Amino acid sequence: MSATTIATGRLPVAKRSALAKEFNDGRAMIGRNLIAYKRVPQLLVFSTIQPVIFVLMFTYVFGGAIAGALPPGVPYVDYLMPGIFVQTVVFGSLAAGVGLATDLKSGLLERFASLPVTRSSVLVGRTGADLGRNIFVVILMFIVGTIVGFRVHTNVFGLLGSMALVVYFGFALSWIFATLGLAVKDPETAQAAAFPILAPLVFASVAFVPATSMPGWLQPWANNQPVSSVVLAARALVLGGPTAHYVFWALFWCTVVLVIFVPLGVRTYRRAI
Amino acid sequence: MPTTAVRVSGLTKKFGEVQALAGIDFEIPEGTIFGLLGPNGAGKTTAVRILATVHRPDAGTAEVLGYDVVNDAHEVRMRIGLAGQYAAVDPNLTGRENLRLMGRLAQVEPSYIPPRADELLHSFDLVDAGDRPVRTYSGGMRRRLDVAASLVQKPPVLFLDEPTTGLDLQSRQELWNTIRNLVREGTTVILTTQYLEEADQLADDLIVIDHGKIIAQGTAGELKRNLGGTVIELTMAEDADVDKAVSLVGAVVGTEPERQGSLLRMPSPDGSHLLTEMLRRLDDGGVQPTGVALREPSLDDVFLALTGHAAEEEEAAANGRGNGQAKGGRKGRRS
Repeated sequence: MSATTIATGRLPVAKRSALAKEFNDGRAMIGRNLIAYKRVPQLLVFSTIQPVIFVLMFTYVFGGAIAGALPPGVPYVDYLMPGIFVQTVVFGSLAAGVGLATDLKSGLLERFASLPVTRSSVLVGRTGADLGRNIFVVILMFIVGTIVGFRVHTNVFGLLGSMALVVYFGFALSWIFATLGLAVKDPETAQAAAFPILAPLVFASVAFVPATSMPGWLQPWANNQPVSSVVLAARALVLGGPTAHYVFWALFWCTVVLVIFVPLGVRTYRRAI
Repeated sequence: MPTTAVRVSGLTKKFGEVQALAGIDFEIPEGTIFGLLGPNGAGKTTAVRILATVHRPDAGTAEVLGYDVVNDAHEVRMRIGLAGQYAAVDPNLTGRENLRLMGRLAQVEPSYIPPRADELLHSFDLVDAGDRPVRTYSGGMRRRLDVAASLVQKPPVLFLDEPTTGLDLQSRQELWNTIRNLVREGTTVILTTQYLEEADQLADDLIVIDHGKIIAQGTAGELKRNLGGTVIELTMAEDADVDKAVSLVGAVVGTEPERQGSLLRMPSPDGSHLLTEMLRRLDDGGVQPTGVALREPSLDDVFLALTGHAAEEEEAAANGRGNGQAKGGRKGRRS
């Protein structure tokens, strides 16, 4: 790599292609956000403890009651785990909003805006770091699940496909909450605003229980809303049975979210500073 | 012949209902320190943010080293450093990591970054704290790191928005020296401050901004001369003494002193001479002041003289400005 002098006294500039520059900026931003998980391990511990408790509680407390409503030959833990994967990344996606609102308040985003960095790299740095964290957390959940009896009915590709779909969904959601965080400009507000959006998506879904146990008016929502679509696809990939239809809808939702919220997020970022 | 580092013409910016800048013009020669002086909400920060390409102006033009801040924003960003009003460093990164991150984002050739980070930790007295997360730093240390972070790429043009807010006297003077050294090496520094003393110590030229307009321009010395130099303050014990003192002192100064309860304040163009004379007259008249102070004119005095209102009245305007929630919430460091 060669360097160029652009002004007297200024340190030489690294000569990079536009793509290499994008890569440099994005990697630097992702790196700084990931370091937070190393320095403040509580962030990671608290975001993993809750799903672990859910796995144990649902499996041992509700498992017996729900067993009757499940397809024959499917133990509750096998039914539950894909739902837990999805629930984990959904609540984890909040971090993007809280993180960006915090950076905005601290003046860091103002500093970034005065530096020759790609505009999108601030958002890519945040959502990319969350993607990395989600990969880690989903693998951890798989291990915890396996310990309490979770078994994959299909094969390793089904499992990897299921996990990939879940983290892709988490990535898409990160962009929603990144946009939200930059719009409300305050970490506490970002957190508070997210829960009413997330609760009906996560709990009025087929993540933990089949829709057949819900009242009739709720079933169409519970079967077709985005979180359920992803849960159904992730579940089909590890339990077998018809898969293509579910995967199509899951990918459809993820893509719709990204198509809307990537440009909207970048726009909100520009206006937020 | 000196070239122009910054050229600003007819700059305006509105945040909602608040006119942050109402058309300002100035030029800054390369290698000088330029001060933007004014109370909270005057428009100083807005001006700096526009020059640093953070905000876009509504109208008017601004150039940094010949590059337009809107059309050639990238070229401007390659040539500037900004230390904003709030210590904008990542609390989870160490001091060293923060400096290296900023170097990387400033597109500095990688091999130059680690030695430069070490050098800055050294010159800002942060060597011992360099490998500790910034979360553990004191306010003053954070502020020093923040200024250091704006220097990683050795920017030819440096913007410092109230850089010494929150620093103790010693750190403040060290930072002043650092700024002087940078200018000696050819850097152009644009500095906002609420303290006339700071502008006086550093700035070659300065402008005073109020309500988004330039209300005075010149060197600190010129501004102070226009104000009548130093200010004398006398505190009286009793109300009866105050009336008597007003007439006695008034006879010496030639004008009636400004009166605030038991406090009398008046300009003193020739410094301490007037004070000696004043005290002798008071003594002859049998009036004993309980407090006597001779001080440099403060920004408040400048404001009183230039606008007829005190700087604090600007607070209300400042609070209503821009994305108020975010600004109001940030650390609350501004008084």
